[in-house]
Amino acid sequence: MMTFTRKHFSKFQSLIALFILCIMLSILSDKFLTVDNCWNVMRQISVNICIAVGMTLVVLTAGIDLSVGSVLALCGAITAGLLKNGIDIPSNDLHIGFTLLGAILVGLITGAGVGTFNGLVITRFKVPPFVATLSMLTIARGLTLLWTQGFPISVFGDQFDYIGTGWFLGIPVPVWISGLVVSIAVIITTKTPLGRHIYAIGGNENAARLSGININKVKIIVYSMAGGLAALGGLIVTARLDSAQPNAGVSYELDAIAAVVIGGTSLSGGKGTIWGTLLGAIIIGVLNNGLVLLNVSPFWQQVVKGAVILLAVIIDKANSKSE
Amino acid sequence: MLVAENITKKFSGVVALRDICMELHPGKVNAILGENGAGKSTLMKVLSGVYSEYQGRILLKGVHVNFANPKEAQEAGVGIIHQELNLVPHLSIVENIFLGRELTNRFGMLDHKAMKSRTQQLLEKLKLNVSPNTLVFDLKVGQQQVVEIAKALLTECHVLIMDEPTSAITESEVNVLFGIIDELRRENKVIVYISHKLDELFKIADRYVVLRDGKTIESGDMKGIDHDTLIRKMVGREINIIRTKGYLSKETEILSVQNLCLKHSESKKRDLLKNLSFNLYPGEILGIFGLMGAGRTELLETIFGLNKEGSSGDIKLNQRITNFGSPEQAMRAGIALVPEDRKKDGLVLGLDVKTNISITTLNQLQRMGLISESSEAKLAQKYIDLLKIKASSVDQLVKNLSGGNQQKIVIAKCLATGPSVLMLDEPTRGIDINAKSEIYKLIIELASKGMGIIMVSSELPEILAISDRVLVMCEGSITAEFNAKEAYEDNILKAAIPRTL
Repeated sequence: MMTFTRKHFSKFQSLIALFILCIMLSILSDKFLTVDNCWNVMRQISVNICIAVGMTLVVLTAGIDLSVGSVLALCGAITAGLLKNGIDIPSNDLHIGFTLLGAILVGLITGAGVGTFNGLVITRFKVPPFVATLSMLTIARGLTLLWTQGFPISVFGDQFDYIGTGWFLGIPVPVWISGLVVSIAVIITTKTPLGRHIYAIGGNENAARLSGININKVKIIVYSMAGGLAALGGLIVTARLDSAQPNAGVSYELDAIAAVVIGGTSLSGGKGTIWGTLLGAIIIGVLNNGLVLLNVSPFWQQVVKGAVILLAVIIDKANSKSE
Repeated sequence: MLVAENITKKFSGVVALRDICMELHPGKVNAILGENGAGKSTLMKVLSGVYSEYQGRILLKGVHVNFANPKEAQEAGVGIIHQELNLVPHLSIVENIFLGRELTNRFGMLDHKAMKSRTQQLLEKLKLNVSPNTLVFDLKVGQQQVVEIAKALLTECHVLIMDEPTSAITESEVNVLFGIIDELRRENKVIVYISHKLDELFKIADRYVVLRDGKTIESGDMKGIDHDTLIRKMVGREINIIRTKGYLSKETEILSVQNLCLKHSESKKRDLLKNLSFNLYPGEILGIFGLMGAGRTELLETIFGLNKEGSSGDIKLNQRITNFGSPEQAMRAGIALVPEDRKKDGLVLGLDVKTNISITTLNQLQRMGLISESSEAKLAQKYIDLLKIKASSVDQLVKNLSGGNQQKIVIAKCLATGPSVLMLDEPTRGIDINAKSEIYKLIIELASKGMGIIMVSSELPEILAISDRVLVMCEGSITAEFNAKEAYEDNILKAAIPRTL
């Protein structure tokens, strides 16, 4: 009976922690528990949710993707550039214009493509994921600077901005998008063969291989999903700011990893849930928002955030030990 | 003398040891016997301070002791050689032996010279002829076990616990070890010796303690007891397997291997498999025997599509050439492999029973892209019943199951693919006698239904008990083939031992 309750407690403790956090913040600040602020928080974290969901899939296979922040910037910039300027091919005196949907698709495909490349490097050349995606972090950032020439690309009209700032049925569009991403990811991880394969690879890659699972294929799919989701995050960011910044998404990969870790996913793979990550992202988002509302200095904000991540992991470790 | 009084140890409610009482005598080799899951390893961990929370008392030379950790136990003179190797692969033998108790000179720096010479002495005593600076990584498993023994011998101890010290070492290394045990016995040490190999115990042990289901069943002198009685006490009932050999169709082979070669992935000069050819017929149990390093595992892995690079030759399944490029292809074609090391290669330990069983057949269990939970549970339940897997439910984590039940799960996931050829690599390694005989019966039953079975084993009695035909491998070649009638321990061993020793 004792272990039963403890197990239940550990399952919900992040939720309890979030609840306590919210109560504390609503006592300390009268602005925290307002409808506007809630939507504001949700909208802000939607980008991190997209990235963190992809990161969860990667981490479940015992990998890591450090390139997502840069990929976010690259894909946002590509979509923005295509929307605004299209492509000029001077040699043929050709100009290709892009529709909204076309530009968005190219952006997403670029993200998935970069992810696929990561996956190929990791599986074919046996480069450790940390190194492969660290390289891509730099490469994609460089490509973004090349594409934008270091300047923001802005003004693309209301239609595109709707992705970042619009409302649909009383809920902000980014929240719809991240909700959809979470739902699909939950189904993939819990209900599909692909999800099982992801957990099996992270749990024991040898056993997965000998069970006839195509390890390389699964890993490539997972990294391409992480890339595609980073691109989706890039679209939201770009649309919200109505501008593609060449330095967008710097250190976003760390926020995503933090959400994954706070959510209880093991960095050594095979253990964790999308729900956990969602909760982790919300905790980080609420914390960020609360610290701003309380006028905590940005310097202290970082200290507090780091301490929370550390605390979450220590509690998680203590729990898994007592099990 | 080491005395355990009413030791009870529970793991989250599950009783692993119940009221264990025993006396371990100095100057004697005390054998602890019991099936897997009987509680031997748990008891040893209690005695050596790995587990500090338990009920009951331990008396060392009449003094009540309660070790908080292995280090305290070590300081009190209780040493242990663990069943699993606890060595750091990328450190040298010296560094491993002195790990955590390094010698330093007066400047507080490592005293390499002293440590090396002490290690040299130990290795000489154990007749391990390698440099103390060799990395453990470069040693064979048997040699690593010798290093583990050396590590335990480094400190003076009153009690030395050996948990299956011979599971990976060769006959000659065993003899060296027994010599050392004799010496320790003369020095009036308490030696605790755990082994599954009964013959070994009759050679070396003076006293025995039988454990079953976490309880002490009986103890006494080895002299007054025989092999079969001991087994009866361990198992609680007698076991015997008699293979009634069925009719064998030798007309069309189900699997045919021709001129199979495999090059070593790093050094091109060494061949792991040299020109192997053999056939497997439906309904046949083909036993493959060989010493460690004979290439048995490599053979199975190559057939299973794991060594696409470096291998040559033809593998025909049902008369069609099918050199598989991956396990995925091999499984789809109807070949399944139960790997040698179930924890490393067979199971995802952190996942539950049903997930581990269904992992090979998820594509058949899905409906519109989603896994059907009911068919998955049904599949798992089917195999739990069929193989008599003892699990509390299909949702139990496999890491909490005993070795025998884990092995059955690996077999279950292989059978779920409906193979026509089943390859088993050391199918009964580290599992108890009951589970062993159940697995033998299962293999025989599968063969009687027409499945072709290849069983690789380093246990001769097992090979002799159930094989229809025996292939002997030595240094990558097939050196002999025997029908069941002509196969005996001596002629098989003769073919298995390399000629240039």
